[in-house]
Amino acid sequence: MKDGGVESSALVDRAGKHCAAMRGTIYSLTRVLEPPAGFEAQAPYFLALVELEDGQLITTQLTDVDADAEIGDQVEMVTRKLTTDGQRGMIVYGYKFRPVLK
Amino acid sequence: MRVSIVGAGMIPVREHWSTGLGDLAAEAGELALRDADLKQVDALYIGNAYGAAFNQQAQLGSLIAGQLGLPGVESFTCEAGDASGGAALRAGYMAVASGAVGSAMVIGVEKATDIVGPARLAARNVSLDADYESVNGATLAAMAGLLMRRYMHEYDVELSQFEGFSVNAHRNGARNSCAMFRNKLRSGAFVKAPMIADPVNLFDSAPDGDGAAAVILVNAELAADLVPRPVAISGSALASDSLMIQDRIQPLKLPAVTLSTAASLKQAGLGLSDLDALELHDAFTILTALSLEAMGYSDAGRGWEWAQGGGERIATAGELPLSSFGGLKSRGNPAGATGVYQAVEAALQLTGRAGENQIPGARHILIQNMGGLGATVATHILSATGE
Repeated sequence: MKDGGVESSALVDRAGKHCAAMRGTIYSLTRVLEPPAGFEAQAPYFLALVELEDGQLITTQLTDVDADAEIGDQVEMVTRKLTTDGQRGMIVYGYKFRPVLK
Repeated sequence: MRVSIVGAGMIPVREHWSTGLGDLAAEAGELALRDADLKQVDALYIGNAYGAAFNQQAQLGSLIAGQLGLPGVESFTCEAGDASGGAALRAGYMAVASGAVGSAMVIGVEKATDIVGPARLAARNVSLDADYESVNGATLAAMAGLLMRRYMHEYDVELSQFEGFSVNAHRNGARNSCAMFRNKLRSGAFVKAPMIADPVNLFDSAPDGDGAAAVILVNAELAADLVPRPVAISGSALASDSLMIQDRIQPLKLPAVTLSTAASLKQAGLGLSDLDALELHDAFTILTALSLEAMGYSDAGRGWEWAQGGGERIATAGELPLSSFGGLKSRGNPAGATGVYQAVEAALQLTGRAGENQIPGARHILIQNMGGLGATVATHILSATGE
């Protein structure tokens, strides 16, 4: 810590902390049949808590999955479109997780 | 200073399409003033979660003070998601207990049904983490579904084993004229209800409703002169946890429930066995099971056992009465108002005014109001005074 300052890591803890691992296992999952605005076109979809290899849980949609996805399944991170910000707004990209390709 | 409730009022939880947000609040506030036979209070604390998101309305403190005819009164909103009502009660308690004000009115109000479907769910998502949960299409029900699915997996529990929580809530709500859904729930119907976010279904989750409830708090010495049987606030606590489930080391624990329960019991000088009834935040049955475990009523993975046998153990005449006026499930969940409904219902119980819902001889009732999936938990213990 510098004089009168705060160590930067204490201020930016959130940034990037969930990207330490690209693979994990499904800790829990649910099939969302009543989506919030912006996600109607995708419903029903799977939302999951994935336990990454470094132990961190992450809230994410599953993609490229069948109805038989289960707790304990291995999944990996991919980049996907999440939603569109209104009818003419920006496309929001982010991460989703899919079953590990055999 | 010790703090007492000397007035309480609530309006039925409904779809109040023809009544504005401020009018709903003022109706409840007037009922509470009449109950206490007062015309004026020193301060007004509003519990409201989604006024800005649902109704494009903030500054409810000023709005509602104006509608109640309390010019100049100290008045502002307390927001903590669905725990906003409990947070406002906590604010009112602290203000009176400290001596900063002599009397306070706490009003919980929400007008949820102006918008419906996906728009309402998106508005309600302001209670989740915008960057890591809502952006991925999460909803409160989906997050509850994630907890419930994991719980059922870890402890080998079936969906049907949660049924008794909802059956009990509707059995009690059927006798409450202020309840939103007064139908009884037939055994077996629970597991067949339409899914929302599996395993969370329609009969598992509480309905959003419009409502307002109010209580009036004064210091205990003054209370004795105002009403024959004031209700004491013998314990008051609020605790927080990570906003997101993903940041919790043990997602099936609810530490804010544990902390606020322990703090309120300690303040009241009571143990769990002294409590005659509980109003828990039964927005989803999994929250009731997890709360009972976090409070110490059950070991981990066994909270669901309270719901067995058709919910008779948790009925108003049972071993541990829950949701005596229907809880969130049947009375309805008017979000930021819910915590104040719990206070009004407990006050009615403790003054022998609960009618058909009366819990015989209730002296101490714990009420617990939760924001998100355990991110904020306000816990109060209300106690009867006199004989």
